[in-house]
Amino acid sequence: MSRGGFRTTALAVAWRSIHAFTHNRALFIPAMVFPLFFFSAFAGGLSTISRVPQFDFPTGYTAFQYVFVILQSSAFGGVFTGFGIARDFETGFGRRLMLAAPRRGGIVVGYALAAMGRAMVTWVVLTTVALIAGMQIDGGGVDLFGLFGLALLVNLAATLWATGVAMRVRSIQGGPLMQMPVFLVLFLAPVYVPLDLLSGWIHGVASVNPATALLEAGRGFVSGRPTTVAVAFAAAAALVAVFAVWARGGLRSAESEAA
Amino acid sequence: MTQPEGIEVERLVREFKKGPRAVDGIDLEVAPGKIYGFLGPNGAGKSTTVHMLTTLLPPTSGTARVAGYDVVSQGPQVRSRIGAALQEAALDPFLTGREHMRLQTAMHGLPKPERAARGDELLARVGLIEAADRKVGGYSGGMKRRLDLGLALVHRPRILFLDEPTTGLDVQSRTALWSEVARLAREDGVTVFLTTQYLEEADALADRVGIIDHGRLVAEGTPTALKAEIGRPTVEAIPRDDGELDALASVMERFGERAGASPKGVSVRLRGGEADLANVVRALDAEGIGVEHLQLHAPSLDDVFLAKTGRSLEGAGGEEETATEPAAVTA
Amino acid sequence: MSVPLLTQVGQLARRSVLRTLRQPAQIVPALVFPLFLLAVNSSGLARATNLPNFPTKSYLTFALAIPFMQGALFSVMNAGTDLARDVETGFLNRLALTPLRGSALLSGLLAGAVVLGLLQAATYLLVGLAAGASFAAGVPGVLVIVALSMLMTVGFGSVGLFAALRTGSGEAVQSLFPVFFVFLFLSSMSLPRNLIQTDWFREVATYNPVSYLIEAVRSLLVKGWDGEALALGFGVAAIILVVGMVAANAALHTRMVRT
Repeated sequence: MSRGGFRTTALAVAWRSIHAFTHNRALFIPAMVFPLFFFSAFAGGLSTISRVPQFDFPTGYTAFQYVFVILQSSAFGGVFTGFGIARDFETGFGRRLMLAAPRRGGIVVGYALAAMGRAMVTWVVLTTVALIAGMQIDGGGVDLFGLFGLALLVNLAATLWATGVAMRVRSIQGGPLMQMPVFLVLFLAPVYVPLDLLSGWIHGVASVNPATALLEAGRGFVSGRPTTVAVAFAAAAALVAVFAVWARGGLRSAESEAA
Repeated sequence: MTQPEGIEVERLVREFKKGPRAVDGIDLEVAPGKIYGFLGPNGAGKSTTVHMLTTLLPPTSGTARVAGYDVVSQGPQVRSRIGAALQEAALDPFLTGREHMRLQTAMHGLPKPERAARGDELLARVGLIEAADRKVGGYSGGMKRRLDLGLALVHRPRILFLDEPTTGLDVQSRTALWSEVARLAREDGVTVFLTTQYLEEADALADRVGIIDHGRLVAEGTPTALKAEIGRPTVEAIPRDDGELDALASVMERFGERAGASPKGVSVRLRGGEADLANVVRALDAEGIGVEHLQLHAPSLDDVFLAKTGRSLEGAGGEEETATEPAAVTA
Repeated sequence: MSVPLLTQVGQLARRSVLRTLRQPAQIVPALVFPLFLLAVNSSGLARATNLPNFPTKSYLTFALAIPFMQGALFSVMNAGTDLARDVETGFLNRLALTPLRGSALLSGLLAGAVVLGLLQAATYLLVGLAAGASFAAGVPGVLVIVALSMLMTVGFGSVGLFAALRTGSGEAVQSLFPVFFVFLFLSSMSLPRNLIQTDWFREVATYNPVSYLIEAVRSLLVKGWDGEALALGFGVAAIILVVGMVAANAALHTRMVRT
C-alpha cells in the first residue's frame, strides 16, 4: 500500500477536523476561552499563594500557573478531539471514513494532527494574553521550545488516549471516560504550589504522578532553570507510546464494527 | 348547532411569525361517536390543527368548538372532556407504566380509592398489565403507544385526539391499535379525531376523511365517496417478454391514460371503468401479446390526493410539521 | 374537575424524587466530584493557612463550604435537564392537558433537587467531619448550613428550570455549566477576599453573589455566628430563588401556551 494513501488520509482528516473547529463557534470559543479563564482564576485569584513561606519560584506565580494551564489545555484539547471522534462515529461519519480510507492508521494520525493544530492556536492566544498581563519569562528560546515540545507530547498522549476510548465506545457517552482520568492525573499534581510544599497523601500521589515531572520541567523551562527534563520527556514519550498502542486497539475495534 | 360530543371548526387559521400559514382556513365538523381521519403529508398542518383543537395552541383566527366548548375562551372545559395521544409518545422513561397511570389519574382528579383500579383496568385493556411495573424506558415502540393511548383515556374523555398514533409501529402493533380505536368509537361512543399519513389507516378506520395539504382542506367525505368521485380504476400489466413492453403500452393506452410508473409493466387509468378490463384482455390477446401479470387497482385515497393536488400523497411533504412551528410549541 | 394544589404538587414531587433516585448518573457525580475537588484542594492549598491573617489553621475547614456551592450548580443541571427532557418528549404537553397549575409544576419539579440536595449536604458534612474539619457554630450551625444549602439548591434549581423552559433543550441547559463554573471560580472560593492580591480579581469576587453564599457557609465552619455573613448569604440565596422562580414562571407561560 502506498505511503501516499496514508498521508492523504491523514491530511484529509486533519483538514476536516480543523475546518470544523475553526468554523463552529460552539467548538472554537470554549477552546479559547476556558484556558484563559483558568489562567485568570489561578494566576489572578491565587497569586497570594506565592507569599507562602518557602514558595520558591522567582519568575512569579503568573508564570507558575501559565505552565499548568498550557499543559492542561494541551491535555484537554486531546480529550475534546476524542469527543469529536466519538460524535463522528455516533453520526455514522466515522464508518464512512473507515470505508473510504486506504490506510486507516492515517485517520488516527489525521485526528492527532488536528489536535496539535488546535493546541497551537490555544497556546498562541494564551501566551499573548499572559505576556500582556505582565508574565515574566526567565527562560530563553530553547527553554520555551522545550516547554512547547512537552506540551505537544502531552497533547498527543491525551489525543491517543481519547481516540482509543472514542473508537471503542463509538458514542459521546464515552465522554466522561475520556475526560475523568485526564482530569485526575492533572489535578493530583502540584497545581497550586511546588511539590515540596505539598504534604500528606497528595504529596505521595503527586510524587509518582508523571504529570508532576511534566509540570516541574515546564516550570523549569519558563524560569530558565531546567529541571527533571529527561524524566519529563521520557514520561511523556512513554505515555505517547502506551496510548498509541491503546489507540491502535481502538482502531481495530472500530474496524471490526465497520466490516 | 353545538354538538356536546362533537367537533366544529370554522375558518381556523394559524400563522407563525417567520413562516407561511400552517393552517389556512379549515372548516370541518365531526359528529359524535364517529372517527374522523385527517390525512395529509408531513408539513401539511395536521399536528398544528390538533394542537389548536386540544387547546395547546391558540388559533390566529377562526373558531373551534370541541365538546361544545370554545377552544379559546373555555380551554379548561375543553381539556376536561378530551383525551389526546400526540405525535410523541410523551412518556417518562424512568417511571413504570403503573406509575404513569397513578400520576395521570391523580392529575385528572380521580378520587384516590379509584386511581389504582382505573389504572389497572386501562393497563389490562391496552395489554400492558404484565409489563406495568417495568420502566417505560424498556418498552418497545408499540408498548409505548399503547400506554400513551391508555393514559389518554383515564378520565373517560368523550373525544379523543390521536396524532399519527401508529407511525413507526410494526404491522401487528398497528393492527392492535386500530382494533382498540375502532372499539372505542363503536362500543363506547367516543368521538375520535385521528391524524395520519397512512392511506390504509384512514381507509380502515375513518367514517369520514379530510385531506389536508399546505394548511388547507382539499377534500372531505367518506373514503368511499371520495374514491368514487375520482371514479376510475387502473389496470397494471407486465408482459411475459420484456421486448413487448412498447407494444403492450400502445394497446393499453387505447383504453385510458398512463397512470403512475410500473417498473416492468404499464399502468393505465381505465376510461370506461372496471367494465373495460375485459376489453383490455381481448385487445392484448388479439395482438398476441403475452401477459405475465395483470391486476386491477381500485381508486385509492392517494389517487384522490393526486387528483386534488397534482402530487402523490406517498412521498409528498417536505419539512417536518414542527419545523414551521416556533420552539415554544414543538413540545 | 378541580384538583387540589397539594395533590398536584405531591404527585409531581413524587415523580421528581423517583426520577432523581433512578438516575445514578445524576447522583454519583454530584456527590463524588465536589468531594474529589475538596480532597485535592484542601491538600494542595494546605500551605495557604500559613499566610498572614488566614482565618483558620485548617484549609479543609475553610474549603468545606465549596462543595455546597458545587452541589447547588449540579441542581441547576439536574432540574433543568429533567424539565428540558419533558419539553423535548412532549411530556409537558401531557401535563398541560390536565388541570395542572404552573406553580405546582415548578414546585413539584424542585422536589427532586431538594432530595438530592439533602443527600449532598449530609454527605459533605459527614465526610468533612470524618476528615477532621471543625464546625465553629456547632450542631445549630450545621442545621443552618443545611437550611442555606437547601435554599441555594432550590434557588439554582429554579434557574435551571427557567433555562429548560426558555430553550426547551437539554443540551442548552448543559451548556450553562461552564457559565456557572466561571462564577464559582471568580469568587472567594480559594482564598478569603481580603487576601486576594490581584485587584481586578478581588473586585470581581466582591461583586460576585457566589462569594457571599460561600462566605456564609464558611462563617459557620470557621468563625461561628457572623450575622452579617449569614444575612448576606441568605439574602443572596433568596434573591436568586425569587428571580429564578419569576423567570421560570414567565417562561412557563410562554412554553405552555394553552388557552
